[in-house]
Amino acid sequence: MTTALPSTEVLPAAVKDETTTSYAKRKLSSPWASLAALVIAILWTLPTFGLLVSSFRPERAIKTTGWWTFFSDPQVTLDNYKAVLDSEEGAGLGSFFINSIVISIPSVLIPLTLATIAAYAFAWIKFPGRNLLFLVIFALQIVPLQVTLIPLLTLYVDAGLANTFWTIWLSHSIFGLPLAIYLLHNFMREIPATLLEAARVDGAGHVAIFFRVLLPLLRPALAAFGIFQFLWVWNDLLVALTFAGGGDAVAPITVALANLSGTRGTAWHLLSAGAFVSIIVPVTIFLFLQRYFVRGLLAGSVKG
Amino acid sequence: MLTADTNAGKIGLMIAAILLFAAVVGIILFIATLFRGRLADRFTAYIYLAPTLIMLAVGLVYPGVRTIYQSFFNAAGDAFIGLGNYETIFTDNEQLTVLRNTVIWVVLTPFVATAIGMLYAILVDKTKFESLAKALVFLPMAISFVGASIIWSFVYAYRPDQANVKQIGLLNQVVVWLGGTPQQWLLTDWLNTFLLIVVLIWIQAGFAMTVLSAAIKAIPEDIIEAARLDGVGPWGMFRFVTLPAIRPAVVVVLTTIAIGTLKVFDIVRTMTGGQFNTSVIANEFYSQSFRSDNQGLGAALAVLLFILVIPIVVYNIRQLKRSEAL
Repeated sequence: MTTALPSTEVLPAAVKDETTTSYAKRKLSSPWASLAALVIAILWTLPTFGLLVSSFRPERAIKTTGWWTFFSDPQVTLDNYKAVLDSEEGAGLGSFFINSIVISIPSVLIPLTLATIAAYAFAWIKFPGRNLLFLVIFALQIVPLQVTLIPLLTLYVDAGLANTFWTIWLSHSIFGLPLAIYLLHNFMREIPATLLEAARVDGAGHVAIFFRVLLPLLRPALAAFGIFQFLWVWNDLLVALTFAGGGDAVAPITVALANLSGTRGTAWHLLSAGAFVSIIVPVTIFLFLQRYFVRGLLAGSVKG
Repeated sequence: MLTADTNAGKIGLMIAAILLFAAVVGIILFIATLFRGRLADRFTAYIYLAPTLIMLAVGLVYPGVRTIYQSFFNAAGDAFIGLGNYETIFTDNEQLTVLRNTVIWVVLTPFVATAIGMLYAILVDKTKFESLAKALVFLPMAISFVGASIIWSFVYAYRPDQANVKQIGLLNQVVVWLGGTPQQWLLTDWLNTFLLIVVLIWIQAGFAMTVLSAAIKAIPEDIIEAARLDGVGPWGMFRFVTLPAIRPAVVVVLTTIAIGTLKVFDIVRTMTGGQFNTSVIANEFYSQSFRSDNQGLGAALAVLLFILVIPIVVYNIRQLKRSEAL
């Protein structure tokens, strides 16, 4: 069941046997191939590494010498992180970090729950208009967010919700729904109907069937979409700028960082530390939940 | 009490919102159980779908239609000007630069990112360090576009070219080491757009690599073995075995990255703000709508984005259908 997501066939499988290892040895023997791989790996790592090193260097050192001098003249400090988190005299990123958390959790839970219920209806209940409605929701995946922002903002202002968390929660939930329904529906269709029939014969209703039969099987799909949606919301700038750009009280860390980069583009001691404060959450998820993370990202790559 | 003024208040607000949502869901599930008889299933389905359909109708369909309507109106949104905004996009000099940049982005990013991702996937395939090597290139996918923009702005950082001033940006330092003069990279027209594209390639190559690596691993071992016994070299293996086998995956990767590239906004806004002739459609949409208060032009740019996405998606679906039919 763990491979029922449409995109999971593309997950790396650890297949190893005699022929592949001998093939690998032959390929490794080409020094040019190894060199090319090494060059790409370095190019992809060095920019992040440079900023990470800088975030621990004293402000003066960052501004006058390149980060590579760190290795001949190592000076380590946590002052940049203190300065960027502190709201008294620094950039006050701490409270924006909290905002990001407050924004992200409901923005994952709401679409995940609603999409599960909707996908259940599409997958297991027969009703008139089912195919047409599903096709419409599938098609809505391709609508670019930009098309919806201004009228949606007007609706929020009219409803008196402007510059509250509600606007961001609702928006991310709405934008996440089509993809979530599509993915979960595909996943649910893979579950053998006999399992549900058996439960129904035992007299279980929809809710009981869902919690007892489907939920345990759905866990990988829910995890994949949940992680994808969390990263999407956490890393989002456009939705946050549109609906919370005016008020610091509800803006997430990406907005604060983008503003900091706009107003103090050369304050590298703040920018470097700030960038890593914002990166730490998604990277931690990446390191610990790599399997679901990859699956979620691949499944949701067309969104937005 | 529950206001967004303090951190505790915010978290309280969040918990209250989640509880409220849970109550709504509970009520929906309960109402659905009230129906009995022949049509019960039908009602259950509609009740289950109700919140989703309402949200999509109000939050996606209505705003989309409204924006299309708005794109035929002037800056203030009070006078109908027909296709005037679209005319502006295709005739105004500034807007033509935006279109030019968008074309460069959409042509370059998918192909370069896919080529690098494919090359890397083939190079590290079945080597000892494969998972570590792949993680390094995939990691930028986890970083926000804003974070990536800051990382690369630092690479491009410029300090005045004076005797006692050292460069702090890696790119300029490399130029100095090679005996050149440091440049203000992001201010140089044309070149700056390419340097911004590098950031998106850096992010998307990991995506390409992961998908293509899986496709490469799915090629049946006996085909590779047979080709090798026939004496096919590495290049022939790629050209006649690997590439045809992973073609569907390549198409998906190219189109997916192309769609993402069309909507690129965060990178341009964070790194140059669209100045120095670097703006693209998605960034121009934001500037026109929120900065220049030109609602009509902003709406037209959003609609143009939508129109440009459609053929790519259609092509993608067609290719998927074709590969499924095989």
